[in-house]
Amino acid sequence: MSATVSLAATATATAASTASGTPGFLSPTGVEILFLLVGLLTLGAAITAVTTRQLVHAALWLVVALGGIAVEYLLLSAEFIAWVQVLIYVGAVVVLLLFGLMLTRAPIGRSPDADSGNRPVALAVAVTAAAVLVTVVVDAFRTTWIDLENGAPQGTTDVTGRILFQHWVLPFEALSVLLLAALVGAIVLSRRGDGRNGTGAADGGER
Amino acid sequence: MDVLDVAWRLLAVLLAFLVLPLVVGQAEHKVMAHMQGRVGPMYAGGFHGWAQLVADGVKFAQKEDVVPADADRRVFQLAPAVALIPYLLVLIAIPVGPNGMVGQAIDAGIFFVLAVMGVGVLGSLMGGWASANKFSLLGGLRTAAQLMAYELPLLLAAASVAMAAGTLSLPGILEAFEWWWVPWQIIGALVFFTAGLAELQRPPFDAPIADSEIIFGAYTEYTGLRFALFLLVEYAGIVILCALTTVLFLGGWHGPFADDLGWLWTLLKTSVLAFVVIWLRVSYPRLREDQLQRFAWTVLVPLALFQIALTGVVKVVIQ
Repeated sequence: MSATVSLAATATATAASTASGTPGFLSPTGVEILFLLVGLLTLGAAITAVTTRQLVHAALWLVVALGGIAVEYLLLSAEFIAWVQVLIYVGAVVVLLLFGLMLTRAPIGRSPDADSGNRPVALAVAVTAAAVLVTVVVDAFRTTWIDLENGAPQGTTDVTGRILFQHWVLPFEALSVLLLAALVGAIVLSRRGDGRNGTGAADGGER
Repeated sequence: MDVLDVAWRLLAVLLAFLVLPLVVGQAEHKVMAHMQGRVGPMYAGGFHGWAQLVADGVKFAQKEDVVPADADRRVFQLAPAVALIPYLLVLIAIPVGPNGMVGQAIDAGIFFVLAVMGVGVLGSLMGGWASANKFSLLGGLRTAAQLMAYELPLLLAAASVAMAAGTLSLPGILEAFEWWWVPWQIIGALVFFTAGLAELQRPPFDAPIADSEIIFGAYTEYTGLRFALFLLVEYAGIVILCALTTVLFLGGWHGPFADDLGWLWTLLKTSVLAFVVIWLRVSYPRLREDQLQRFAWTVLVPLALFQIALTGVVKVVIQ
């Protein structure tokens, strides 16, 4: 959501500086209107996902929210990131989530015990995180106007790949190692209780 | 690109989407009938009972659309649309012929196609959960497990082609294609096709809809038009998978007289692959659920990784 806010902030900021020839805030283009509408839809879906009492519905609203963010990326011309968002989050993470829900319990209808006493704390954390993000983004961009239509291409695979593997290659590698470590850790944890039925016999002594 | 051009392209894609899956469905009926020596209905319409397809359509439309009493109505009714629409979107990105004969050239085409195809499985999951039926839920679970296992080899195999071509765009891959890519990428092609079959839940990977174990999996409770839509999803999936394999591994429109007859080559290669899909259904028994998982993780993933290594080595050597 911070992206939407940043756009609104950018638009507000540019309204003040229309004299310098940048596009105005009072005559938004179709893309900007669409961006705001999709942003509202995403926000609505996200709020519904955390407030609904129906477990599986929450997961499905999450699909809408994540898909909405993908559309926002697309509108910002970050095509590659948008498809990765769909592939990883909608295609894999939510499917995994639904799989977990169905495997454990996924009652149809409301679950009265789906609420948690931590509601106020969660709200506080969410509001704080949102405030920090919005502050940072607004402070970083202020009155910058990025021309997506006519400027140099910013979100294509080519540009993303170059930036990722030239400027950001060290963080990229560090993250890969972190993920690999998490993966190995997950395998070790899941094999620990498995020693007696033969498949994990190799490290059976560790139990 | 003006509005008329876009409209014309979208119309062509929609037309292909409405016609090709039905053709594949009808071909499946007839090919299976003759391979098994059980010819089935042969009278409607005269030649080989072709009009039976129309009759089936009318039958599906007339049937009552039943929603089980305990089902989650909205999710249950939405599921067929969620399953079908992604395939329609994917078809837009598949190049049919040379010189821009594609619905819409997408920069990260492979990613778009595989990402959107993965979304379609949500339809099966929604249907399986919302039916309030244990068989449906089991089918949904198996669908999810199968998708998670086979998405990885599918992506890895596609990544190998992207590495070879140096681009993620589907028309771009075809531009860069050389004939010797076919033997070079043959392992990747087999992995991609097999993993794709599993993602479509086609035999021999049809454990999620195994009729002798769990009736019809996620689709057990569906009737009438919604059931027909799920069947259509399966055939649309075959079209997409075969067209994608053609584009990525078999050179798409490349062939003699490609400038004039490129689209025909794409169609021809796609239909041969579709025939193979049907053939496999008739000739292989169903894999058990654990065999299915083991096959994905211990055979397909290593093979796909080997193909990526091979692609990398050859790419470095020839540069």
